[in-house]
Amino acid sequence: MNGYLPALIAIVTREALRFIHQRERFVAALVRPLVWLLVFAAGFRAALGLSIIPPYQTYVTYETYIVPGLCGMILLFNGMQSSLSLIYDREMGSMKLLLTSPLPRWWLLMCKLLGATAISILQVYAFLAIAAAFGIAMPALGYVAALPALAVAGLMLGALGLLLSSFIKQLENFAGVMNFVIFPMFFMSSALYPLWKMAESSELLHDICALNPFTHAVELIRFALYLQFNGPALGWTVLAACVFTTAALWGYSPEGTGIRRKG
Amino acid sequence: MTGIRVADLTYSYGAKMALDGVSFDVAPGAFCALLGPNGAGKSTLFNLLTRLFVAPRGRIEIAGHDLARAPRAALAKLGIVFQQPTLDLDLTVRQNLSYFAALHGLSGRNRAQRIDQVLERLHIADRAREKARTLNGGHRRRTEIARALLHDPAVLLLDEPTVGLDAASRAAITDHVHGLADDGTTILWATHLADEVRPDDRLVILHRAKVLADGLAHDVSGDTSLQEAFLAMTSEAA
Repeated sequence: MNGYLPALIAIVTREALRFIHQRERFVAALVRPLVWLLVFAAGFRAALGLSIIPPYQTYVTYETYIVPGLCGMILLFNGMQSSLSLIYDREMGSMKLLLTSPLPRWWLLMCKLLGATAISILQVYAFLAIAAAFGIAMPALGYVAALPALAVAGLMLGALGLLLSSFIKQLENFAGVMNFVIFPMFFMSSALYPLWKMAESSELLHDICALNPFTHAVELIRFALYLQFNGPALGWTVLAACVFTTAALWGYSPEGTGIRRKG
Repeated sequence: MTGIRVADLTYSYGAKMALDGVSFDVAPGAFCALLGPNGAGKSTLFNLLTRLFVAPRGRIEIAGHDLARAPRAALAKLGIVFQQPTLDLDLTVRQNLSYFAALHGLSGRNRAQRIDQVLERLHIADRAREKARTLNGGHRRRTEIARALLHDPAVLLLDEPTVGLDAASRAAITDHVHGLADDGTTILWATHLADEVRPDDRLVILHRAKVLADGLAHDVSGDTSLQEAFLAMTSEAA
């Protein structure tokens, strides 16, 4: 592993420094889910009745229900944010620096992914702490059990960001990602409403939501927060992570499209 | 063993040919200027030499290592200064260098020593703690050259490194890189400015995807100035 570890430390440190330098990014990453939790959920708690579904063993408030989905939202937005920063790196030229290192390209990109995921998880815990301060708390051990689930979900969504960055040609095209990736992924999932609620409206939408890897990432986190293991959700999330990572690595290979930009 | 060997290199962007059967060698420790007007194919050649792109045809060797067969060994011998600035402006000079050194597997005391050495060599040791954002264009370029030398490369590629610099900074950087060649580093210096090429430099003129001339600069220019010879060649070819 000669040379691999220094590169990992350097790339993760750089991601962390970049995050510290962009304090507004941290604030925005926290404000977004908090608005959903404290405003949206408060407004909708009366409108959306929830039945008792696993992992819950009793009725829960709507605010409690959407906490795992909002954790997923933080990971999703951060995955896309890291995609944005990769496109920025490519336009600014610093991506060339990374890709001309003698270390294997897959390792360098994995280091990027690990760094971005670690920062996402920190933000999720900051959000969970604020939610707990507002009285929306999970079982104490659930916060520990959620860590591997957050890591798997974060890696999957980070890999999706990596993949998108290899196909998006210009920074300006990133707005399309909001419309065609983030919003559909978030709204067509179990983040805001359980899937059986969706089935009441449309079986087709329910089936699409059930196929959405983000749904499984959210359910993995939800179950872990209540100290329960959701095997199918883990399987789907890991599968999606593998597919996205493989495609992203191909996209960034010299034969792929990720860096084949004129200049 | 050659410093750089390029043989029959061909690359196109769709129907537009960017490099068409380009071949040349650069001896170890030689300063080779790659002169060509804008759009000649210099940046494409650099992207192929640094393995950012892969050519469908042709062969590249860096310090004796075939770039296609042994890319990691070849890239480990290569220092690169890209045309586009690639410093992280929010990091200090030392942090920028430290990040790059880690990408080349350098760590601990060895990394710190190498950083000190290259900072001294490029006369920017007093800037080490300054953020890259506060540096002027000349010092930013020096920092990028220092960074490219951190892993003691056998071959240094510079893609139009003086773009946007004032005359004094251009002269200082051109002198310094010639000094590196005198110390044994193989240099490939891409430029579109004939006045950066010295009479004894090795010269390859690239125009419209092909090599127009290859030899010592004073042989290529003949009785006229290199600037005049270059303009005559590229206008004839046009």
